[in-house]
Amino acid sequence: MTHTTTEMEQVIEPAETPMIEIRGLTKSFGTFQALKSIDLTIAKGTVFGFVGPNGAGKSTTMSILATLMAPSSGYAKVDGFDVTEYPAEVRKRIGYMPDFFGVYDQFKTLEYMHFYGASYGIPKQEREQLIPQLLELVNLSDKKEAYVDTLSRGMKQRLCLARCLVHDPDLLILDEPASGLDPRARIEMREILRELKAMGKTIIISSHILPELAEMVDEIGVIEHGQMIAKGNVADIQNRMRVKRILSIRLIDRAEEAEHWLREQPFVNRVLRDERGIHVHYSGHDEEQANLLQQMIGAGYKLISFSEGQTNLEDIFLEITKGGEAIS
Amino acid sequence: MRNEGLAGRGSGNWRSRLINPVLDKEFRLRMRTARSMWTMFAYLFAIGLMALCAIYLTQELGSSSASFNPERSRILFYFLSFAQLGLITFMAPGLTAGVISGEREKQTLNLLLTTQQSSTTIILSKLVSSLGFMVLIVVSTIPVYSMVFLYGGISPSQLFQVFIYYFFMMIMLGSLGILFSTLFKRTMISVIVTYGVTLFIYVGTLLIFYVALSVTGNAANNAVNPAVYNWIGHILAWNPGVALYTILDPSAAGQIYEIYNRGQQASQKPVFQLWHEFMIIYALISAGALWLSIVKLRPRLKRRNK
Repeated sequence: MTHTTTEMEQVIEPAETPMIEIRGLTKSFGTFQALKSIDLTIAKGTVFGFVGPNGAGKSTTMSILATLMAPSSGYAKVDGFDVTEYPAEVRKRIGYMPDFFGVYDQFKTLEYMHFYGASYGIPKQEREQLIPQLLELVNLSDKKEAYVDTLSRGMKQRLCLARCLVHDPDLLILDEPASGLDPRARIEMREILRELKAMGKTIIISSHILPELAEMVDEIGVIEHGQMIAKGNVADIQNRMRVKRILSIRLIDRAEEAEHWLREQPFVNRVLRDERGIHVHYSGHDEEQANLLQQMIGAGYKLISFSEGQTNLEDIFLEITKGGEAIS
Repeated sequence: MRNEGLAGRGSGNWRSRLINPVLDKEFRLRMRTARSMWTMFAYLFAIGLMALCAIYLTQELGSSSASFNPERSRILFYFLSFAQLGLITFMAPGLTAGVISGEREKQTLNLLLTTQQSSTTIILSKLVSSLGFMVLIVVSTIPVYSMVFLYGGISPSQLFQVFIYYFFMMIMLGSLGILFSTLFKRTMISVIVTYGVTLFIYVGTLLIFYVALSVTGNAANNAVNPAVYNWIGHILAWNPGVALYTILDPSAAGQIYEIYNRGQQASQKPVFQLWHEFMIIYALISAGALWLSIVKLRPRLKRRNK
């Protein structure tokens, strides 16, 4: 599993073409505008997290990149090839995993892989060497003779990921690859993605497990109502956001009252309450935080704990999308 | 993991040239289900039952003294040929009207469309695999046909022509099935539309013929020589049943083109046999249907405005 592009070639390349270049991309379905002038550039080797609520436009963007949908205006390029003008070239370079996909149940795992390998024009001899490696990568070696029908959902997801890799694409477009998986299957999927990142693949991924993937995502883009409202390095976005820290507070009683009280306090951006306690998005510094604790006690609230948690991608996402305003 | 040999597909390998991955997949998956076996069983059972009924009826209704009667054999052959046409007409849309929409419903189509397989390869492979199965079934009925040779009266060349006609009908109905399967997202709608169009081809063309006949009939009654060429006969060239009849009875074409010829020999030999005309018409329609399917399979990726 080595790339033919040598380091020397990379050095003499004058200016590296971005893996994905999207400019002014719009897509309309009748009167509904699914994408509103999206701009995005993703460099080669980047793992890009695509965040947004359902119906925000993530899958539409990914479908356009996968040559399955034509944009209404603007353009999208993959490795310098316009998806509308050179779809065949684009298909050679991408491995696409849609959010919902089916499998040919009557196929055995090995046959399934051979079918897609052959569909990408890979000679049989080469496939016979490659496919066992891919099945090993996704931990399905022991299932190679099993009918696809008998595989669990997590296994089918991994099989689909192996299918994406069969022609060694430079770009992986993974639309919700972990949706519907149990925690163990999610962890397995995350491990595979980490290996793919180590191989130098460019990955664009939309997922509900983004908070868990925080350490492997290089950049994120937040999309809402068809607009890219934030994009860039995870840390940069975090710094630009008002979210500095998350305070987790547990009380003996009067939690609802405390929730309302906290909303009135300075530097408090957002207050969420669940069975585990109250979570406060707080933009104050240490001194203000100490004052808040003191005031809470002074107001007669009986605290069990008052701790500071770390912000993750989910918090950033919630913070950004609550108002729908663009973060430049 | 880079695969350098994308262009090296099947170099020198005749199998990979003849059987592309989609066709290979279709053959494997189709023959792996019990449904295929039951379809073949039901088909052979139906055609066998019809053949036995026809033999029984011709024995009962015909003269019992005639142990060798070519006319009886011909009737049996006609009956079997039309029965087979009916079964093909029933089967072909069912086998093809879900080939693309079925992939779409199973959510496998998008994965297939992002591979290097061209739209032409996908559509033609779907057609060929469906045809392959139908040919298998129809060829398996040949032993039933062999019964007509027991009595004589039918030439092997006539049998050959009829089977060529069946093959053509499979392509024609299969092309329509694939077109509607590509155009409609739901298999149910695609199947209904395909059967609807098939019904129109059989019944609608006859109705149009009779309407045209009745509209022009009054004027023609006063004609000095009614047994002359009339364009209305060409309407019947759109009807598969009539086309089959003209294969079985070639002299019928001349009479059909001279529609006011009541049971007499045609005044002149037609330039075209009616079934030739039928094949030309539907070959063009089938080619058009396949072309449209290929065009519509993938979204039209517009050139961007520069």
